[in-house]
Formats: sequence, structure tokens, C-alpha cells
Amino acid sequence: MVANAETIEQVQSVTEKYKYGFVTDIEMDHAPKGLSEDIVRFISAKKDEPEWLLEWRLKAYRHWLTMPEPEWAKISHPPIDYQDSYYYAAPKSPDDAPKSLDEVDPKLLETYEKLGIPLKEQEMLAGVAVDAVFDSVSVATTYKKKLEEKGIIFCAISEAVQRCPELVQKYLGSVVPYADNKHSCLNSAVYTDGSFVYIPKGVRCPMELSTYFRINAENTGQFERTLIIADEGSYVSYLEGCTAPMRDENQLHAAVVELIALDDAEIKYSTVQNWYPGDENGKGGIYNFVTKRGACRGRNSKISWTQIETGSAITWKYPSCILEGDNSVGEFYSVAITNNMQQADTGTKMIHIGRNTSSTIISKGISAGRADQTYRGLVKIMPKASGARNYTQCDSLLIGDECGAHTVPYIESRNASAKVEHEATTAKISEDQMFYCLQRGISEEEAVALIVNGFCREVMQQLPMEFAVEAQKLIGISLEGSVG
Amino acid sequence: MALLEINDLCATVDGKEILKGINLSLDSGQVHAIMGPNGSGKSTLSYVLSGRAGYEVTGGEVLLDGKNLLEMDPEERACEGVFLGFQYPVEIPGVPGTTFLKTAVNAVRRYRGESEFDAMQFVKFVRAKAKEFNVSDDMLKRAVNSGFSGGEKKRNEILQMAVLEPRLAILDETDSGLDIDALKLVAAGVNAMRGPERAMLMITHYQRLLDYVVPDMVHVLFEGQIVKSGPKELALELEKEGYCQFFETAA
Repeated sequence: MVANAETIEQVQSVTEKYKYGFVTDIEMDHAPKGLSEDIVRFISAKKDEPEWLLEWRLKAYRHWLTMPEPEWAKISHPPIDYQDSYYYAAPKSPDDAPKSLDEVDPKLLETYEKLGIPLKEQEMLAGVAVDAVFDSVSVATTYKKKLEEKGIIFCAISEAVQRCPELVQKYLGSVVPYADNKHSCLNSAVYTDGSFVYIPKGVRCPMELSTYFRINAENTGQFERTLIIADEGSYVSYLEGCTAPMRDENQLHAAVVELIALDDAEIKYSTVQNWYPGDENGKGGIYNFVTKRGACRGRNSKISWTQIETGSAITWKYPSCILEGDNSVGEFYSVAITNNMQQADTGTKMIHIGRNTSSTIISKGISAGRADQTYRGLVKIMPKASGARNYTQCDSLLIGDECGAHTVPYIESRNASAKVEHEATTAKISEDQMFYCLQRGISEEEAVALIVNGFCREVMQQLPMEFAVEAQKLIGISLEGSVG
Repeated sequence: MALLEINDLCATVDGKEILKGINLSLDSGQVHAIMGPNGSGKSTLSYVLSGRAGYEVTGGEVLLDGKNLLEMDPEERACEGVFLGFQYPVEIPGVPGTTFLKTAVNAVRRYRGESEFDAMQFVKFVRAKAKEFNVSDDMLKRAVNSGFSGGEKKRNEILQMAVLEPRLAILDETDSGLDIDALKLVAAGVNAMRGPERAMLMITHYQRLLDYVVPDMVHVLFEGQIVKSGPKELALELEKEGYCQFFETAA
């Protein structure tokens, strides 16, 4: 039978095949497994995205196909099968959620207890159905009101695309272009959600923003995309992650975070990451390959990154600052703990472009078990960056004699007036220190937690209060079993 | 029952026999001094009693309030009431003194089934003690022993003793590296801790500390054994004559 216009129309209305130019049924909850241009279109359609965004995704996907795997980091893993993953899954139905903490894995609850997480928060974290956690919903609503009064936009990035598309279009990909590296490229093609923050001129955000209170968020995707814009003279402090261990059936996590600070603006971005690290033999853990970059576009702008990385089987991230504006300031404070068979290659890049810019890097790496860790940093002073100053301190602490810690600092200075300072130490927890603690009645595990927290103090002091206490406990828990 | 009973204690370090049969008995409320030349085993004795790794007991027994001390891990011994005032207190960077003490005190209280201090309660408690023992607020806030002078380190040891309230305090050369004024302060602290519920073992090189902290008994440790014991006058005798007499006897 010859296909006529009528038939084609009928087919279209049934499957919506030609409207989006792909085959998969949009009504489905899951995209089928695997990665293809089809899936990219599916994701974009599910989110009802404008044409320009779909185009951007497709360009990224097509470019991704041409990119080789980066191999320069000091980590090793079996090749990733990109087809063996679901790139889109609808949020879980409330019917699937546990009705109470009794239905949640007791081991998970044990960790929540150790971290001192309040019961209500435990329920939220375990995904207990929202109507059973009434308080959290009402608290979140109050937050939203406060923010709206100040003109602050804080929502899911997919919502931002609908609400303020000009802002998203202007800044998305402006700090991390999709072609930056293979993982950011994949993220650009298939990211499903993340945070969008816009702070208007002169506004100081009255509270710490955290993903915890971003209601209407879909599942924390493996490919989160976050965009934070601080307009002239504004200030915001953002918290990402939580101390509770997070599991995910998807192994690869490749998030992208872009920060933009205009004249006299400041962004403080803190992360506590405790993704499932795998078992004692490293099997099954999450790969956390993240691209985070902040652009200090404006004069006197400031961006500081603070991170506590204790989870994931493999961590690969370099939160960086591009210091374009004159007198701009970039800071990086990091604690990275690797135990058992974890691997981490992490650090930062500070690119000094404007005049009289300064950067501070304080990196504390703790390695235990049979873990391996590398600090990889770049301080780059461009020719016009007169008066640039950098101070870098990277300290490593080794626990036991089977772990490794490495430091790879790069300094490239093309301006003679730059002042670059670098200090590095490597140490073990001394037997004297351990015995001093034991002799005062403190157990070995408690002593390690105490000494390591002391080692990390400079970084811990940068964390917002709510995170600081939990982070201290988390450090102790991450090093369990590392001594004796 | 004596608070501390040491019977025929023998110990080696790196395969070398250092303690060759120590016999000592301490009652609650008493302060004994142990003196002896370098290498006689004074520090070894303090480490064996507190349970430091690397010190192997090859014979004998030690009873604390009738309990077998040598079977216990070092932190257990501490919780049972053993305190060692270190000769060279180590630094723990980044850990404020108050945090360290609170962790220790709460560990001991947990062991004893007592309720733990919360942050506010503990600060009050430790500030009161610090005042008594001449330790400034600033010293409490600073990291443990970090940048402390010799005198400050020793005063910090005494404060820790005051806070932990041990049954048996072993003070290893508490007077080493101190000038006269610092010595007087430390001695005052030690004396303030003397009491019927406590016994002290002071290991010292020089007699002068014993002018301020008067012992009930003095023992001479020589080549791993206690070769002479006597009242406080023995210390003065040693000061005058040195340890030669023991060397000659050995020869």
C-alpha cells in the first residue's frame, strides 16, 4: 500500500515519531539502555527544552564520539562501557519509596547514626515518602519564600531553562565549553538535572543554599549540571552533597559545575562527597569524574572552593578558578581521604589573567589501606597578569605502609612580577603521637580521627557550620580499620 | 592491698634485656622516687607500666589494685587509672588542647560507665582546673604542645593529670629542662595532686625536684634492678656521692 499524507499523520500522532525525530516512545519512564543521538533527543524532549539547547546537546554528543579517553591521570580502571547504562530514568514513584526507616538497609542507618544525622534528615536521605516527612517540606517552602523576596533564583536547572532561558543560554557552557574534556562533553550531551542559582546585583543570599532544599528536584543524576551566577556585588554560599553515603546503580558520575562571579561578587562553594567507595577490594564503587570551574569575571570578584572528598572508588576532579578580573581572588581548600583500594587524582588550576590577582591552595591528602592519591595542581600566570600572587601548601599523611601519596605541582609563570610560593610536606602518624593518645585512654580509632582532623584543621575551618561537625565525624568513619 | 605491686619484672627492648627483675610496692597515698644513672632502665620501666609497644615483658607480674596490668592494652590501663607524665611530650598539630582533653576524659568516663561531658560542661570543668594549675586559656586553645616551651609542656602534663584524676601517676623526669621558677610551678602542681586515693612514682635524675616534692621512699635503679631503697635522705646522699658506689659493686 502506498503511504499517503493521511497515513503519515496517523502514524505521527500515535508514536510522535517525526515530531522529535527519533524512535523511542516519549511516554516511557526509562530511556532504553545505551547512548545514542536518539537518547539525547529523548532527554531533551522529556524536559521540553528549546531548540538551541537540543542543538547544543547534539553538538556535544557528536564531538564526544570523536574524543579519546584521557589517560594522563594516575588512576586505573577497566574501560568504561558507555552503552551499559541508563541515561534517563524518571523520578521514583512515591509508591516505591520505603514507608519508614524500618524498610531501609540497616547498614545505611548505622552510618547515619555514626554521623549524628537527625532522624528526620535520615528519612529524607533514605527517600522515605515525602508525606511522611511533613516538616522538611514546610521548611523548604519557607526557604523558597525568603529567597523569592530577594529576587534570588534557586531551582532545578531544567526549571531555569523555562523560567529564565536568556540567563541559561548566556552562561551555560561559557566556563566549561562542552569540548573541554571527554567527561564534560558527555555531561553536556546527557545531563538530566542540577542546580541553577542567580543572585541579583547587590544581594547577599541570607542563607546557605543546598541541594537538600531544592524541592521538585529529580533524582540526583549521574550527570549533574550546576550553574551559579553571582551578579555585581552579590554573595552566595552553596553546599553540595552530604556526609551520608550515597549509592547509585550507575557507576559513572560526571558532573559539571560552572560558577560566574561578576564585579565585586563572591561565591563560596563547599562540597562534601561520600559516594559509595566500593568494597575493601574496590569493587563496585562510583567513579567520580567531575569538571568544576569558576570564572572570576569581574573586578574584585572572589570564588572559593572547599571540598571534603572521602568516597567514590575513583575521584578525578580539579575545581579551578579563572582569575580574569583585576584584583580577583581564587581559593581552593581540600581534604581528600583514600582508604582500602580507593584512588584519587585531584587538585586545582588557578589561572591568573587580570592584574593583582591572588590565589590560595591548601590541599590535605590522607592515604590509608592500599589506596593511592595524587595532588595535581597548576598555577598559571599569564603575561599580562602583573602583581599576581599564589600560595600553595600541599600536605600528605600516610597511614600504614601500603598506601601512596604523590604530588604533581605545575607552575607556569609568564610574568616576572608574579610571586608564587609552594610548600609541601609528607608525614606518617607518628608512633609517639599515637601512644600519647592511647596513654590518655583514647582508643586507636579515636586517636586517628583526632590526629587526622587536626591535620585537616585549616580546611575544616572553611566549611560552613552545618557541614563542619558532620564532616569531622565523616573523617573518622572513613578511616575505620586503617590502623592495626 | 597495695595500689601497685611489681614482682620480678623483666623486660627487653630490641632484644636487649633492660629490666632484670624489678620488685616494688606502692600504697595508695604514697609518693616514691626512682633515681638512677642513664641507661639504668628508668624510662623503660615507665613505658612497660604504661604498655608502650616495642617493650617486651619476659617475666614477672604487675598488679594495679590487684588486677593484672600487663594483660591490658595501653588505653585500658589509662582507663583503669594509670597516667604517664612524659619526659618529652609530643605535639599534635591542629588539635586544640581542650578537644584532646575532652576526648580523653570522655573515653575514661565511658569506660567507667559514667555520663560523658558535653562541650559546654567540659569547657567549664577544664577552665576551673586550668586556673588551679596555672595553665592559661590561650594554652588550652592552642594545639596540644604546639610551640610550647619546656615549662609549658610540663605544666600541660600536670593539668592533664589533674583532669584525668589517675590512681597511679608515673612522672618521667618531670623536672628535665626546667628553670627554677618553672620547676616550682610544676612541683606545686604535683603536690596539689597528692592524696590518699592516689600514688605517684617520680622518675628523676636530679635530687632538686625532691626538695619540693618530698618522697616517702627513694629507690635506686641500676642496670635494670633496684639496688637500694631508703627514705628521702637517700636522695641527698646520692647527690653528694653519685652513682659510683653501684658501679664499683658491679665490677
